Amino acid sequence: MPQLTAAINLKIIMPELMLLVAAFIILLAAPLTRKRIISPALSLIAVMVSLYFVIVSWNQQETGYFDMVVCDNFCLFCKLIFLLTCGTAVLVSRDYLARRGIDRPEYYALMLISTAGMMVMVSSSNLMVIFLGLEIMSMPLYVLAGFMRSNLKSIESSAKYFFMGAFASAFLLYGIALVYGGTGTTDLRQIFMSSGIALQKSQLYLMIGAAMILIGFAFKIASFPFHMWVPDVYEGAPTPVTAFFSIAPKAAGVAALLRIFMIGFGTVHAEFAPLFWILAFLTMTVGNLLALMQDNVKRMLAYSSIAHAGYLLIAVTAGIDEAISGALFYLLAYGFFNMGAFAILIIIENKSGGSNHIDTFKGLASRHPWLSVFLALFMFSLAGFPPTAGFFGKFYLFSAAIKAGLVWLVVLAVMNSLISVFYYLRPIKAAFFDHPDEDEDIRKPVVGPMVAVALFITISGTLLLGIFPGYILKLATSSVFMIL
Amino acid sequence: MVPVDYYIILSAFLFVIGVIGVIISRNLIIMFISIEIMLNAANLAIMAFSRHLKLMDGHVFVFLVMTVAAAEAAVGLAIIIAIFRGRESVDADALNLMKW
Repeated sequence: MPQLTAAINLKIIMPELMLLVAAFIILLAAPLTRKRIISPALSLIAVMVSLYFVIVSWNQQETGYFDMVVCDNFCLFCKLIFLLTCGTAVLVSRDYLARRGIDRPEYYALMLISTAGMMVMVSSSNLMVIFLGLEIMSMPLYVLAGFMRSNLKSIESSAKYFFMGAFASAFLLYGIALVYGGTGTTDLRQIFMSSGIALQKSQLYLMIGAAMILIGFAFKIASFPFHMWVPDVYEGAPTPVTAFFSIAPKAAGVAALLRIFMIGFGTVHAEFAPLFWILAFLTMTVGNLLALMQDNVKRMLAYSSIAHAGYLLIAVTAGIDEAISGALFYLLAYGFFNMGAFAILIIIENKSGGSNHIDTFKGLASRHPWLSVFLALFMFSLAGFPPTAGFFGKFYLFSAAIKAGLVWLVVLAVMNSLISVFYYLRPIKAAFFDHPDEDEDIRKPVVGPMVAVALFITISGTLLLGIFPGYILKLATSSVFMIL
Repeated sequence: MVPVDYYIILSAFLFVIGVIGVIISRNLIIMFISIEIMLNAANLAIMAFSRHLKLMDGHVFVFLVMTVAAAEAAVGLAIIIAIFRGRESVDADALNLMKW
């Protein structure tokens, strides 16, 4: 029985707490001030303070709240990814929202609450707390998807996301109930310890429960065959929100899945490995093949995010330490370059007045050469060319999988990456080699100061991880060995 | 005492009813209620296991799940109302602006 004194440990929930406090201050201050800049500014400050608490607690192994909340390097690395995504998403949001007249403070508050939920989700080794974190993450996302209330597409996207998400949560919860019945606990380490000696019937509950938990997470990270909602939801939601939830919830889902299946279901992981193999292969193939046929860049990036979920599932299949650190590195890299690609999409969309068609990229190089160079950088990184972050992300992930003996899966993944090059090059071709249509207005796309900062962060992240990957990989590796 | 298996079979039935309801129903309200049935099936299972294993934590989980279900109801009904305002219908087939 844990000591009662260890129950409350404010230090380890400081990052979450800071975001929540800021979210409520934003909501309370909203009616008192007319300055619209206050809410994004407050959210950025909260993100930075939270980042500070993440950095100072690095390498400090602690638990609290009756072992329900843990603070290890694994969760801190994930928190870093969420905070970077949240911060850049706030930076790219303001211009977009202001142009559509939906620049309301609730937007930023919801984004902060959702990020806090993700943090709860990764920093727990208790299935029930993971479930609660997942719900805290998801609820604000349902609302954010439908934030353009007068736009039917946005509301449709919100509804589809809500019904799919709630359906998936119910599966997850039922799985947790069965695991609880099979082992008598929801704590992952105790599940691991009791699952070895469990009776036959308990083993059955455990297996069915694990399968249902997997279904729940497969919905959340958009894995095949539960990916159908993704393109619609991503297309209809406001673009900064799409950028946010193509990265952060996926990272949270993969991190929680890794923790659950590496620690809690360690004894049954071998039985699930073939299933993960098939899921990983089908997810990336379906994502890539459907992305080939898209003319809408936002929709194309939605399918590409499905493909990236497939690459990440390789890490879950492999299940060795290198694969986990590879997945963490990949998630950080993916956060940078996917956010960068969306930032450019937002700039173009602001100019074109809401269209994401590939034609809006035509002739971008002659009007705004730098922007098209950045676009090329992000697309190359998404496709996995050196010397960008995407290359090393894939490299570490695939070499870990080879080490775990998944040679065929890696061969298929490399072939998939080759397919993906084709569609990632289409916006680059449109920007550099196509001439704009006659009636196209030739104004330059406007890059506001906040978007410029976001672009700077994402570009430097993409290049730094591509040129000096060793340091970040060392951090990712040190996160794995300290999983509680 | 009723064996725990009976409760689990009942809760599995409820869960399957919920899943079928979400899949075949075309009315958003009924889909929403079906999801609530799924959550409550899980609640029943947690409660039965908790009694069977003589553990108290299951009792607390049920309260947490009820809170989540309430929050889900708030968000879900708000979204359904927004859809009704937009198209005067709560039919799932009306959500057809985007197709894959």
